[in-house]
Formats: sequence, C-alpha cells, structure tokens
Amino acid sequence: MRKVYLDHNATTPVHPEVRIAVAPFLSDLFGNPSSIHWAGRDVRKAIEDARQETAAFFGCQPLEIVFTSSGTESDNLAIKGIAFRKGNAGKHIVTSAVEHPAVINTCRFLEGQGFRVTYVPVNRHGIVEAGSVRAAIAKDTILVSVMNANNETGCVMPIREIGRLAREAGVLMHTDAVQAAGKIPLDWKDLPVDLLTFSGHKVNGVKGAGGLIVRKGIEMAAVIHGGHQERGRRGGTENVVGIVAMGKAFSLLRENMSDEVRETRRLRDRFEKALFDRIPDLVLNGHPTDRLPNTINISFRFVEGEALLLNLDILGIACSSGSACTSGSLEASPILMAMGADPVDSQGALRFSLGMGNTDEDVDYAVESIEAVVAKLRAMSPLVRREAKAR
Amino acid sequence: MKRRILAALSGGVDSSVAALILQREGFEVIGVSMDLYDFSEVTKNRSGTCCSLDDLYDARRVCDRLEIPYYVLNLRDEFRREVIDPFVREYSSGRTPNPCVLCNEHLKFRALLRKADELGAEGVATGHYAVIQREESGRCRLFAAPDTSKDQSYFLFSLDSPRLTRIRFPVGGMMKSEVRVIAEEAGLTVSEKRESQDICFVTDETYASFLGRKGIREKEGHFVDREGTVLGAHRGILRYTVGQRRGLGIAAKEPLYVVAIDAEKNEVILGAGDEILSGSATVARWSFVSGAPPAPEFRATVKVRFRHPGVLATVRCEGEKLKVVFDVPQKSVTPGQALVIYDGNEVLGGGWIECAGA
Repeated sequence: MRKVYLDHNATTPVHPEVRIAVAPFLSDLFGNPSSIHWAGRDVRKAIEDARQETAAFFGCQPLEIVFTSSGTESDNLAIKGIAFRKGNAGKHIVTSAVEHPAVINTCRFLEGQGFRVTYVPVNRHGIVEAGSVRAAIAKDTILVSVMNANNETGCVMPIREIGRLAREAGVLMHTDAVQAAGKIPLDWKDLPVDLLTFSGHKVNGVKGAGGLIVRKGIEMAAVIHGGHQERGRRGGTENVVGIVAMGKAFSLLRENMSDEVRETRRLRDRFEKALFDRIPDLVLNGHPTDRLPNTINISFRFVEGEALLLNLDILGIACSSGSACTSGSLEASPILMAMGADPVDSQGALRFSLGMGNTDEDVDYAVESIEAVVAKLRAMSPLVRREAKAR
Repeated sequence: MKRRILAALSGGVDSSVAALILQREGFEVIGVSMDLYDFSEVTKNRSGTCCSLDDLYDARRVCDRLEIPYYVLNLRDEFRREVIDPFVREYSSGRTPNPCVLCNEHLKFRALLRKADELGAEGVATGHYAVIQREESGRCRLFAAPDTSKDQSYFLFSLDSPRLTRIRFPVGGMMKSEVRVIAEEAGLTVSEKRESQDICFVTDETYASFLGRKGIREKEGHFVDREGTVLGAHRGILRYTVGQRRGLGIAAKEPLYVVAIDAEKNEVILGAGDEILSGSATVARWSFVSGAPPAPEFRATVKVRFRHPGVLATVRCEGEKLKVVFDVPQKSVTPGQALVIYDGNEVLGGGWIECAGA
C-alpha cells in the first residue's frame, strides 16, 4: 500500500543525518553529562555543542536556552516559571483562545491558584489581533503568552507587534513557537519577546526533547526541581539522544531551511489548489496568506471528519482532524469554534501538514483519494440530503 | 611523558589563549577554575566578573575545544578566610584594601599550587600580563608586561622566586591585540568580557551594603579638619577613602578631600587639596621577589596604587617596616593599599601601606 504522510505538524520523520549523529550516544558515549570524569565529559561537550547549534539557529546566546523534554514542558516552564517567581507585581496573565492545550491548561491550572487569566479572542481568520491583546493588558499583568503559529490552522500571529506592546506596557512576552520554528524565519535578535518555546520532534529531530529560550536577565522559578542541570532552571538528567538530535536538526535547518520551505510551500499550494478546484463545498479554516507554508485546514462540508480520516488512513494517507492532542473526541475543535466557524461544517475539518519527504506523487495520490472518499461519504451523508431538501 | 600543568581559566580570552599556547608547546594541560563563593549570594548577574557562572561555562567550552579535562575546584573556605574576611576587617579599620593581591597570593599562587601538587602537575599557568624571567641559576625575576595598558605586575608583587619557578604567564609578554588574533584563529570563541575594575565578589551592590551584610554596622560620625574642628556629619566611615572628593555632602569655599580616616574615633578627616599630599609612606608586611631587599637603603620607582604612574623614591628598611620617601609628594597615599617597588620595569617587591607621612 502506498503510504503518504501529511501530518508533519503532529511530528516529523527523523532526518537520516540525525540518526547518524545520535548513534554514538546509544553505545560508547553513555556517560552522565554532569559527571566530571572522562565518561561524562564528551557527553557534556555534545550537549553544549547542541546548545550552540540551536542558539545559532535562533540567533540567541547558548546560555539563553533551557533544554526540556518537550514543547509542552517548555510552555509549563515559561508560564509557571514567571507566575511563581518572587517579586511579581501582579497576578494577571493574558493569552489567546487558540493556544495549544499546554498553554491553555497551564493557565487554567493557574486560575485555580489565584491567578486571573484573559483568553483574548481571535478574528474570523483565526488571527490574534494586537489591538485585542493591548486592550486586555492590565496594571497587574505579568505575562502575555501568544503562539507564533497555530498548530491546527497554521495561522501566523503578529507576535512582533504584540511583543512590542507588551514591552511598552512593561510586561513579559512568551511565545509558543513549536510550529513556527523551521517553517518561518525567526530571529531572536529582532523579536521583542522574552520567552520562546520550541520542540525537537517538529523539526526532524526525535521525540522527547524541546527547549525554552529565556532572555538573558530574566529570573524564573523552576518547575522541575532537582539537580543543577540547566543551571538550576530544570533538574533531571538530560535526554542526551534527544538533545543531540535537536542540535543536529537545527544545524541542518540553518543550511537547508529556505530550500525545504520553498519546496514544501510549492507542494502545499498545489495540493490546496487541486482540492479547491476539484472538490465543491470546501471551507478554508484560517487566514488565506498569514499561514505556515506547510499547513492547510479545510472543512469538507456534509462529511464527518472522523469517517474521512479513517477512510484516508485505510488508503495509506496520514493526516489529522483537530490537533493530534485533541482528536479522539467527536467535538469540534475549540480553535475552529474560536474563529467563529460553523460548528456543523467544522465536524468535517481536516488538517493536512506537509514536510520533509513529501513529493508531487504524494500530493497527486492524496488529492485523488480525498476526492473519491469525499464523494463516497457525501453520497451517503444525511447532511447532504438535508441540504438538498433545504435548497 | 608529557609535562603536566594546570591552566587556571577565568573564561576570558587571556587565560584561554594561555592554555592553548601551553598545549602547543607540548604540555599536558588540565583546565581548572576556582569556585570561590556562592554566586547567588553575590549577584543576580551570571557573568561579567572573574569566575562567575557564565565565565565558568566559557572556560568549560574552551576545554572542550582544546580537548583537555576541566575541573572546578572548590576553594570557598580559603577565599573567605584569606580574601573576604581581611577585606571586611580592613574597611572596618578605616583602610582601603586590595583583595586582588591577596587572591593572587593565597588562592591562585598558593592554593592552586597545592592542587597542582595533588594532581601531579609541575605548576600553574594563568593569563596574567607580566613577565617571568628564569636565570641559569634557577632564580626567577618578575617584570612588568610590555603591553603597559594591560600590565598586572602590580598585583603579583608578593610572589617569590621559588614560587615563580612553578608559575607561567604564557601571554604575559604579548600585546593584547596579538592574543585576540590567536584566539580567533584557533576558533576559541570567548565572549569579550567587560573588563571589570570592580571586585569580583561585590557586584550588584555597594561596598557599604555588602559590608553591612557581613555585620559591619554603619555609624554616623563627624567630618573634622586637621585641627579637630567638626565640619559636618558622615554616614559611616565605610563610604570613604583617602583622596575622595565626591559624596562628602559638605559645602565649603574650596574643594575638600578625605585626608585620613580614624576608625577608633569614627572620624573622617578632611582637608584642602594640598593636604592630601604625602611625602612618604610606612609599609608593613613587605616582601621581595628575590627574598631580601637589594640593600638596607636603595632608590626605586614605587606605585602606591594600581593605576599610579609611579614615582621615584628612596626605600629604607626599618626592621619590620619599610619607610618610603617619595622624591615628589604624592596624592592619596591610602592605608590598606599595596605599595609596589620597581627597578625600572622589574618588580622588586612591595608591601602594605600602614600610614602616610608628611
């Protein structure tokens, strides 16, 4: 069976050079990087080399990077780390309604701990507007957290503007850049942002490693207390394989990102055009242009998303409805709801996200398959019959 | 069998290049840094002073690059005993201390030499700018660095010949610009540090607040003139040093300077510009590199503080003290500071200013 992977926003294939780079750490280089002896030293060096490569990719200083287990952990660290530190002048946090659950649920937890959170709405294109954030910032706001790009729709938020506003108000700014890193240019030096989350397995690294860039000078509480790893900011023996993989992945991206993105965008645009040309009654969820170059979120009207998803899986096509974290429920995505999308249509929403390894043949096969499945499902759909009667 | 040596690394370019040079000369180099105090007590900043956390990180990365071992040696007790405690005592006695000389004397070139013994290393190398000359007899002599803007020989006056045989300053005879070029060509990326003139263990606060935390309570007292006439009130003798003009808070017809500090009476004695000139200094706890003064009385150039240009003087040995008479009276000869004796650009020795004389 032909296999086509169109779910790169969920996770990405491991780059072949990453696999080579991590191999020694599965054999001879097994030491604990905190050990002062020969077994730890080379491993420590590899971690710091990975940190340097990652810093070079983002344009930050190596020591501004805290390695964690994941984007989720980084989001927890960013938000709780600021919320629970000493000396805050308030207990109010501003975030958006379309953040990843790692941010939303952390904020909900903090609401139970005496913090106030404002979840700023998005416009109908799914974009958080800077003006809305500014209106939400209050005298006791200590943190603004707005994602750089949304995982479900691919919408790119105006975080430069939002960061500037936060700065003017004297408030720290965090952005979850897990989806954005490696897809759109990011330069820490130009970003008026204080904390930035990234993840290794979204950029062809391995799962189990992520990081948080913390602007120099910012003090935070730790979330994981333990040994002095990461300079006391995050305890626990480092995920050496994950971190080495991530460093290698970012180093490869520095060289290859613009070529890869150009190609991915070309394939995505072809894919999107073909779908809209050949299949009627589609709704694009998200901004037409302010979107990641690899993502399309489409509602297939009169079709149930789960049925579409499973049929495509049977045909070897991997994609997702809602985010990987929230699918499994029959409820419409809260992201789409926040955009004001039609709840019925949103039942038929699928996300396609392209990346390394996708080809024109993949796109052609996917389009044909989707066309066929949609036609089949619509033929039996009660929603179609209802609509036909209504017309 | 390679000769083993410890390279003391601050994370800065000078000590990093020193380690590199030794490696190229064929030594088996072991990189070390000193852990001297609990950083969280000293500063929120993680970098910018000797031996801070970020600096240790840079030092570690240099060792990664050179593929040499790197150890951080805990010397907190020694540092507290030999540097911080005397610093506090001197201030509370109305003197202005120089802890950097003490750090060199007790930590870098005594405690570290002991560590060298423990690790089977022949000695210690640092990035200091100064020149050690070895004679055939085995005797060592110490000279100011050719890069006069970087010369640190002042801080090294207490090192004696036997210890100097075990010390190396690989970049000491070079110009700073040369050192930077070597670092770049070797890919030793050490961030350019701010060259701090301040003391490494007091960074985020004033000396007064640091000393306050060490238990020295500030007591208000009187500003007086040489005759004892009260001129005003001071907020605590810790805030003043000889020669100081700013921050006195006294309105007067002519500029007033701190002439002396009397810790017992808790008084700060003020005077006009010419009153802060001294014709001589009495120096205690003196030492000479060769082990002894060149003669009971001799001519030399002396410096009464680090950036002092130096003045010709006559040095007379009077038992436990040296009496140093300047050819030309000098401003701000400050008790507690080091007085270093040079013959041309050779460091003969020096000691600690006990008091200034007419």
